[in-house]
Amino acid sequence: MSDIHTVSGSRGLQQREDLIFETGCVNKTGVDLPKPKGVKPRLGGVARKRPTDLPGLSEPEAVRHYVRLSQKNYAIDLGLFPLGSCTMKHNPRLNEKVARMPGFADIHPLQPQSTVQGALEMIDQLATWLKTLTGMPAVAMSPKAGAHGEFCGMMAIRRALMARGEIETRTRVLVPASAHGTNPATAVQCGFKVDEIKADKRGRVDMEDFKAKLEDSSDIAGIMLTNPNTCGLFETDIREIADLIHAAGGYFYCDGANFNAIVGRVRPGDLGVDAMHINLHKTFSTPHGGGGPGAGPTVLSEALADYAPVPFVVKDEDGFHLVEETKGEGEDAFGRLCAFHGQMSMFTRALTYMLSHGADGLKQAAEDAVLNANYIQARLKKVMTPAFDGYCMHEALFSDAFTAEGIETLDIAKALIDEGYHPMTMYFPLVVHGAMLIEPTETESKAELDRFCDALAAIAERAASGDESLKGAPYLAPMRRLDETQAARKPVLRWVPPEPESLAAE
Amino acid sequence: MRYLPLTPEDRKAMLAVTGAASIDDFYADVPEAARLGGKIDGLPDHQGELAVERHMAALAGKNRTASEGRFFVGCGAYKHHVPATVDHIIQRSEFLTTYTPYQPEIAQGTLQTLFEFQSQVAALTAMDVANASMYDGSTACAEAALMACRVTRRRRVVLSGGLHPHYASATRTVCEAQGIEVVQLPPAVDGELALSDAVNDKTACVIGQSPNVFGTVTDLTPVSEAAHADGALLVSVFTETVALGMVTPPGEMGADIAVGEGQSIGNALNFGGPYVGLFATNQKHVRQMPGRLCGETQDADGQRGFVLTLSTREQHIRRDKATSNICTNAGLCTLAFTAHMTLLGDKGLTQLATLNHEAACLLADALEEVKGVEILTPRFFNEFAFRVPGNAEAVLAELDELGVIGGVRASRLFPGKKLDDVIIACATECTTEEDIAVYAEALREVL
Repeated sequence: MSDIHTVSGSRGLQQREDLIFETGCVNKTGVDLPKPKGVKPRLGGVARKRPTDLPGLSEPEAVRHYVRLSQKNYAIDLGLFPLGSCTMKHNPRLNEKVARMPGFADIHPLQPQSTVQGALEMIDQLATWLKTLTGMPAVAMSPKAGAHGEFCGMMAIRRALMARGEIETRTRVLVPASAHGTNPATAVQCGFKVDEIKADKRGRVDMEDFKAKLEDSSDIAGIMLTNPNTCGLFETDIREIADLIHAAGGYFYCDGANFNAIVGRVRPGDLGVDAMHINLHKTFSTPHGGGGPGAGPTVLSEALADYAPVPFVVKDEDGFHLVEETKGEGEDAFGRLCAFHGQMSMFTRALTYMLSHGADGLKQAAEDAVLNANYIQARLKKVMTPAFDGYCMHEALFSDAFTAEGIETLDIAKALIDEGYHPMTMYFPLVVHGAMLIEPTETESKAELDRFCDALAAIAERAASGDESLKGAPYLAPMRRLDETQAARKPVLRWVPPEPESLAAE
Repeated sequence: MRYLPLTPEDRKAMLAVTGAASIDDFYADVPEAARLGGKIDGLPDHQGELAVERHMAALAGKNRTASEGRFFVGCGAYKHHVPATVDHIIQRSEFLTTYTPYQPEIAQGTLQTLFEFQSQVAALTAMDVANASMYDGSTACAEAALMACRVTRRRRVVLSGGLHPHYASATRTVCEAQGIEVVQLPPAVDGELALSDAVNDKTACVIGQSPNVFGTVTDLTPVSEAAHADGALLVSVFTETVALGMVTPPGEMGADIAVGEGQSIGNALNFGGPYVGLFATNQKHVRQMPGRLCGETQDADGQRGFVLTLSTREQHIRRDKATSNICTNAGLCTLAFTAHMTLLGDKGLTQLATLNHEAACLLADALEEVKGVEILTPRFFNEFAFRVPGNAEAVLAELDELGVIGGVRASRLFPGKKLDDVIIACATECTTEEDIAVYAEALREVL
């Protein structure tokens, strides 16, 4: 099939599409604007010397450009997207409609607060949902993504240690080896140093190693622990971990990336958590959008609540208002994380989703997510190697132990593409060899799961038998495997005009 | 529940396959004391689309939109017209409901648009390279300060008095956590050049803004020369991308890092987010950049394609030694930006910038004629500061009653800095001559 040559470079519905820099031109535009009036400028001569050289396209050309490109993407709306730890669930379209209501989309962050009471109330309602679902007394709404929420939580811990006069001495943060890379990166960005804890044979925190790290606890600032963890497992000893870290004078940061597995079944506040970010794009279905924007509101315990960043919403007899200054009500705040008040149009989507599901539906969603993952684990454990014994939470983790020599996790992932699926998360978490982390989410039907399991089981059998054709996969995607080494060795990060022919010929 | 495909029969059959007696078996690792019995108290049960839409519409209805009245608010977020095509494109399922392009064979749509975005930002800022975006302008600014410290191996950052105070505050937050000294120059309408005197041989970077938060446009070339003489970098900030269609871009002023807010192109006001942070630098500093980068390569058949690259800078590879903890970009907002910019092209952008500038000039002309008003910003693009007799907050409240949202009081951004009589007003292509006339008349009435 792939050896049929076409003159156009297109292949049926897959249209070849060049860069806008190759198809557009500087004197073409897809907008009709009124003619300038010729008003005397007041720029004081601080004017551009050279044109931007930005190419323009007419509207039909632009629409076609992006639609053609879109057709080279896989998406949840096309099929199961089992990226473990990423929670690729259905994105309800009502959320999109609500986010675009002019009353939310067409309001400015600095217009008078009396004119945005509905927006502030909306933030307050979402905050109430988040606090209630987590059993935590406070929430910082401004973090712009999960990693930003981690930063927020760890900064609150930093500020609390400052208030205790211990910021100079308490500098060590414990992070499990299985942690997402953002955890150690965040700890360092907050001025802490990272001390890695081992995982035990069950995929949980190695309690002996953990306790050994606390023997001299005078420099302990806290722990960053994901729960359910990145192996898709609930940390069995979480309560003891919380108690020990508190007894050591430290704080418990919980990475809430996997909160979707436990909503309505467990409240992190009951587990001794001091701070936890919530990825609204995971648990609460805001769209992933090709890599963002996210939103990472961060719930805080009583011990950290006062140190939440500005701004935050408070309610008094005059209605809602924003505390924007680090004095008065915001006196203890650690500062500001970003301009304005957070990812508003993600808030509207998340609240819409929560209201749609309700307390009963959110719990059911968590349970279905966990059931779906366990179903996949049960169906595939005969042909693949589960990384750990027992049930999983919302994602099933396999190692590459079942593959024949020479066949890697990468080959299995790429073969899934030919079967019409996005691959699972590969090589993460790092504590499992050749890790394959599969998260189906609750929005897949049994029929979809069966179809996926049939496809993956067949690939797993080929991998076990050493089928070399896997090394060349994918064969049926818009592109074959891409050379990532070349991209990194000689980075080409922007379009540059081709050399004039006379020079190129030399 | 409409978002859950499993039927009770499915659940039963699936449980049987797993060997579990009930769903509770999966939660057996949860400490007993922390297990919730029934539903969480205090939250309503599920509702249909109509009921949810009504609830949300009622909240939306309590806000006054920028399109409803005479609207002159800027300072980091701008009311612009976004072509209908842009929202259509970003709602394509294949863009909206996909993830970070980790599997390039089935993500060329996202990757090619990121490559085009990076190329557009580089061209716009007149810098060598741009990344695939940061959360917003303010966090891009904070990351630029950290990057400058890595590049220079120094730990002192100087912020101009015209830098947006939220940007300054976000930058202070990340710098203080790492023990980096932050020097803040006092608020100044036209004080960017004072950065030249504040730089020394311990300075990692000076951060200046043009147009600055008071609207003042400044050629920062003398600042970059002073900074470079001391081995420091110039970080050049802008909050209004449309300005770059007309004013001197960072790369023409010797900037080493250019950061800005891209909201104006393709993105609605959204009460402050999500927006799209632009981040560009010169070739030699590429490996110290934070954030995602998309690069060109080839596939096994020799076809041109794109991949995420230089990820050895990033947290998922480098963990505690990463250049940043950032793990996402502004994804869909980036797509909105690049689609709008593609519709504009240089021709459209230049025209749009001119219309913005002309609207602001006409607004300044009209307000200047009101007795008691003093325009403070000497050179501006589409916003400027002016002084009113008395208290700006009271003046704005009275204007509001006359249907005019007249701008941002400087004291909201600079509390306690004796700027109680200063208003910062903005005009864009959405501002009509009638809007301007009504504003001037209302101000005359109020003062």
